[in-house]
Amino acid sequence: METNFLFESILYLGAAVLFVPIAKKVGLSSILGYLFAGIMIGPSVLGLIGQDGEDIMHFAEFGVVMMLFLIGLELDPYKFWKMRKFIAGMGSLQVIGTTILLFFGLQLFLGWNWQVALIIAMALALSSTAIVLQTLKEKGQSNSALGRSSFAVLLFQDIAVIPILAVIPLLVSEVSGGGDLELNGSLISELSGWLQTLVVVVVITSIYFSGRYVLVPLLRIVAKTRLQELFTASALLVVVGVSYLMQLVGLSPALGAFMAGVVLANSEFRHELESDIAPFKGLLLGLFFIGVGASINFNLIIENPLFILLFVLALTVLKFLVLFAVGLIYKKKVDQNLQFSIGLSQAGEFGFVILSFSMGLQIVPNDLANQVLAVVALSMLITPFLTLINEKYILPNVGVKEKAEDSADEIHEQNEVIIAGFGHFGSTIGRLLRANKIDVTVLDHDADRVELLRKMGFKVYYGDATRVELLKSAGAEEAKLFIAAIDNPAVNLKLIEVIRKNFPNVKILARARNRIDAYELIDHGVENFYRETLYTAIHMGVDALVQLGFRKYTATRQGQQFIRYDEETTKRLAKKRHDKMAYMVTVQEEVELQEELLKQDLHLQLGGNDHSWDSEYLKKDVNNRNFK
Amino acid sequence: MRTNKILILFAHPLYEKSHAHKALIKHMPKTENIKFHDLYELYPEFNINIKYEQELLQEYDIIIWQHPMYWYSCPPILKQWIDMVLEYNWAYGSKGDALRNKLIFQVITTGGKKENYNATGTDRYTIQDLLQPFNQTAQVCKMIYLPPYVVHGTHLMQEKDYQTSGKDYGIFLSELLNMEVPINQILKYDYLNDWCQNELKTYGN
Repeated sequence: METNFLFESILYLGAAVLFVPIAKKVGLSSILGYLFAGIMIGPSVLGLIGQDGEDIMHFAEFGVVMMLFLIGLELDPYKFWKMRKFIAGMGSLQVIGTTILLFFGLQLFLGWNWQVALIIAMALALSSTAIVLQTLKEKGQSNSALGRSSFAVLLFQDIAVIPILAVIPLLVSEVSGGGDLELNGSLISELSGWLQTLVVVVVITSIYFSGRYVLVPLLRIVAKTRLQELFTASALLVVVGVSYLMQLVGLSPALGAFMAGVVLANSEFRHELESDIAPFKGLLLGLFFIGVGASINFNLIIENPLFILLFVLALTVLKFLVLFAVGLIYKKKVDQNLQFSIGLSQAGEFGFVILSFSMGLQIVPNDLANQVLAVVALSMLITPFLTLINEKYILPNVGVKEKAEDSADEIHEQNEVIIAGFGHFGSTIGRLLRANKIDVTVLDHDADRVELLRKMGFKVYYGDATRVELLKSAGAEEAKLFIAAIDNPAVNLKLIEVIRKNFPNVKILARARNRIDAYELIDHGVENFYRETLYTAIHMGVDALVQLGFRKYTATRQGQQFIRYDEETTKRLAKKRHDKMAYMVTVQEEVELQEELLKQDLHLQLGGNDHSWDSEYLKKDVNNRNFK
Repeated sequence: MRTNKILILFAHPLYEKSHAHKALIKHMPKTENIKFHDLYELYPEFNINIKYEQELLQEYDIIIWQHPMYWYSCPPILKQWIDMVLEYNWAYGSKGDALRNKLIFQVITTGGKKENYNATGTDRYTIQDLLQPFNQTAQVCKMIYLPPYVVHGTHLMQEKDYQTSGKDYGIFLSELLNMEVPINQILKYDYLNDWCQNELKTYGN
């Protein structure tokens, strides 16, 4: 069992690692790489995985759920509300239009009975969220107008899955007069119709409220433990939990995850959740595509190639035409409309769900269902190619392609200054800036503080500031100034390394605890560093001088001079430090540095050649001359 | 043709809100022979780097103190600069010859009109009277103190007036860069601007 699991992991991961880079290398999307990997190791080619390909797919469908959770996180309720017209309008036009046309087409040309035709029409009307969103993301078009309309349609489809799954059992009762079917283990299938509806409404409302009043406080408690893996575990728990709950009441887990995402989109944990779930999503989606590839039953295709291929072709063309018409109604430009319609022209993973659901209910004959499954898989397989053809050969001829536009209607909410670490040090800086009407973005990993700051109207990102994704979403790419003020010097230094590597254009102001930290910062090429032990200590030293009888201004000038001198020596000694033997232990190093400093100080005469306002000096000189 | 090197020591505590000086500075010729030295920007804590300032002074032939007129004198950092940088036995005193024969003058803006600055006007003294301490300081440092370049009436100006005065100043500076400065001729004038008006063909058009 153990070895079996390991061996299978090697198969999947190995196939992915082998084929995805090849696909990328020849300029195809990673999806094709995964699909090919699946085909290669699937029963049709190498046969390394047998029927378990489908099991894997059921498991990997969870990647789609996670993806919808992430999409939900991106869409806070406000943005969601803004999109409602597109979701309802474009989405319903596409789904209903395609379903009706397919329904009549199937009845007319293939002579299926109306129940089967309706189910298959509905299954095929839905597009593949996984493929479309992954493609958009790879092309950086998620936030373009194209991305938004695609997403609106997909979202409507995801919602439509619920009534579709609800309608299918009713069709059965028409066929076989009801009987002993089980609604996929749903707890409420025994209840009467209106009660089911009630339960569904209650569940959805409870997701909303529990998200707000249970999940967020719970995440705060977890965040306080400062254990990264525990937070990841909680994030997974949220997604899995919601999905399970939705399944219990017979709803789509993807939709539940999406709602959970929307609810959490406004919380301070949004970005942390995002970066925690993203790797799982990526991996599972990859697995999902491999599963799709593996499940393509080439035997079925070989048995009846003409039928399957024509079916795929007709399906794609029909979906394309409907989408294009929807695009026309919404006044899309031709080039955008082409990308939109081709992008969504495949059947999708929900098709698998609906078909296997109806197979379970024995409405659709197994052979037929398998053929249709092959059609779905093939149509998913050809989309990336169609997209490629569209981009290479069609778009160049129909006008200017939409550049990954930074849609103007989206408010640019990035601040110019980012402060990482909002403890006593960082918060003082933040307050000073705010008092001067400068908005700052704050990164911190203290959940209590984050909440407080949010209430005060700061833009705060919760999480580990050394993570590139978090920095990116905080706007490090566009920021002017990055203030690294984290308490822990090691973390602060790591953060600076990450920033210099990934965001070379932002200027860094770095907090240094002491001289040793300052040396490290100099080694990393940081020019603006501020030692917390220098300025305060000098201030105190100045006051000590005053207590001993110095005039305040004189003592202050001595302090100013000393700071300048110390800053110069620090830069000088930072270089010199490297001449010493590398294996010197830190403590010893520090002692030697102190020694070096004290030696330098012996030569220091602050104000030694500065006689401003010093009439004693003048008098002495004048008297000397007079004696001569 | 000789090239003069000009050092502009600029002192304005609220430069971001100044119109006149912004216009003047905007029209300064961009050349390595003119150094614009913004004292408030360099020494916000009045901790002037004496050594650096002295080295700088020695590199340049013509020194300009450019500042608004506050309470009949310069903004405090310029006085701080004078106090700290012009050291005994460097700038003055028996061994203090570092600045000998360098040219120095002031570029000044006043809110009030020119007519106010005379015995019968509201300000009771002429600009030259009021600038005597600077004149004498330069004298002690063995420098040649030229009459001031004055922009009067900045409170009453519109944006285009600022630009005009800035343009004139730019012309003056570029002429100054490449000339044997006729010291005796200039000393006959109260204001450097008047000399420009009369003697520079390109000026004031």
